[in-house]
Amino acid sequence: MSAQDCCEEPCRHFPEDAWRPEAPLLAVRGVSKSWGARIGCADVSFELWPGEVIGIVGESGSGKSTLLNCLAGHLAPDVGEILFDMRGAGLVDMRRMAEPERRRLARTDWAFVHQNPRDGLRMGVSAGGNVGERLMAVGARHYAAIRGQALDWLDRVEIAADRIDDRPASFSGGMQQRLQIARNLVTGPRLVFMDEPTGGLDVSVQARLLDLMRGLVRGMGLSAIVVTHDLAVVRLLADRLIVMKGGRVVEAGLTDQVLDDPQHAYTQLLVSSVLQV
Amino acid sequence: MTETDQYNFAYLDEHTKRMIRRALLKALAIPGYQVPFASREMPMPYGWGTGGVQVTASVLTPNDSLKVIDQGADDTTNAVSIRRFFQKTAGVSTTTRTTEASVIQTRHRIPEDPLREGQILVYQVPIPEPLRFLEPRETETRKMHALEEYGLMHVKLYEDIARHGEIATAYAYPVKVEGRYVMDPSPIPKFDNPKMEMAAIQLFGAGREQRIYAVPPHTRVVSLDFEDHPFEARKGGLSCALCGSEESYLDEVIVDDAGGRMFVCSDTDHCEGRRSQACTEAEG
Repeated sequence: MSAQDCCEEPCRHFPEDAWRPEAPLLAVRGVSKSWGARIGCADVSFELWPGEVIGIVGESGSGKSTLLNCLAGHLAPDVGEILFDMRGAGLVDMRRMAEPERRRLARTDWAFVHQNPRDGLRMGVSAGGNVGERLMAVGARHYAAIRGQALDWLDRVEIAADRIDDRPASFSGGMQQRLQIARNLVTGPRLVFMDEPTGGLDVSVQARLLDLMRGLVRGMGLSAIVVTHDLAVVRLLADRLIVMKGGRVVEAGLTDQVLDDPQHAYTQLLVSSVLQV
Repeated sequence: MTETDQYNFAYLDEHTKRMIRRALLKALAIPGYQVPFASREMPMPYGWGTGGVQVTASVLTPNDSLKVIDQGADDTTNAVSIRRFFQKTAGVSTTTRTTEASVIQTRHRIPEDPLREGQILVYQVPIPEPLRFLEPRETETRKMHALEEYGLMHVKLYEDIARHGEIATAYAYPVKVEGRYVMDPSPIPKFDNPKMEMAAIQLFGAGREQRIYAVPPHTRVVSLDFEDHPFEARKGGLSCALCGSEESYLDEVIVDDAGGRMFVCSDTDHCEGRRSQACTEAEG
């Protein structure tokens, strides 16, 4: 199945009343995280709306990953609110949420794609088992059904069906990254965090992966937050862009607007430093 | 001075026994939960049943009758030395008869004859954590137990089916106790798993890992499986060469250098019982 097919076949069904486009999916208000005098990120606020993809760009050490880890619950922010639109409960502050609930959210409605697929995959478990893990974590106990869904998802991320019983260690870097994406999206999450999803891949593999991700994000109507230092990635994937420097947001706006008409000096530098081949 | 005077009853001092009994009570109160305890250095190497021996020493009373089995047999090194250890240090009577024993320490088997109320079965456990080889971080596995996140256990069973066409785990087959904790039943064959819903008290001791857990009498013990690959307590389709039993679990014994082999009951007491019964029947 190609990426286009999944547009015709919606992967998630919202109840009619749950669809409230007037509420953001994720609202971030004044989030700061520092380690003593060192600032991780400072006073970051934005809203992510359903179906929207936000790119966070900036140089190394600008606090992108710290921010993402705060949002995904891997780090506890010092101050600020992170509100997520829970199904049926409205906006809930993640910091006040009990750990069991947060962990359940992390394996159902959320997904986290690591830069290094080895961090996100179980290297000793076959590709099918990797994709099936989240299904089994939410209670799937029918082997044939789990395997069927794993096959379906391997197909969606363009991994041949006969590799289902191979371990990810025997996969190429690009295949591992696609497997990680399949493993994350199998439970139909509403929000995907991506940390440098194309980092460490060569350019042609990057292009293919980006194409695939764009198809999946658009087809499933996913909301996503993509952290990257690669402006080409955000140009292709993101609707809106946040530019960070020294832990602070220096510019934010529509992707094309920010990239074509950068206002802040640092953004101008970032845009002009892209290599033209 | 006799040898029993040189030691406290059953080797361990009373404070240690009290500490272990408290862990045992907690373990019985929360079936399947691994209770940490301050495991003592025992006069035997780790892996030889230091956990089981400490549990046995703590539950033993002078009136008890002790049976020790290793892989079902009463006459193997591990069984003989542990039995002699308690003969020396506790002076309790020992037996090889399952029905006559009040405390049975076992390694890797549950006796074939059903246990009754009032008996205690003590298991020697090498690795108490069923999630160990799936998730190496102990902090994480504890959290998974606490939050009942057991999806990973099924990933292991999934891998079995994907690789072998069936659930190939043949021993230490994970079970869910009383609908809550997933537990490693120690390396008993999965053939023995259904027997764990029994009338006797089951205590598990892991010496090196410093964990005690327990299954109280008549507790629900369910072996994990998939809906379309249900759990099956299986054994080879042969019968015992000595007693002819088709129901008991068998050991393969090499009998000569020419590749000759025979299959005999791994539970020696069960096998002998059946043979002497057949003998009396033939005479009578």
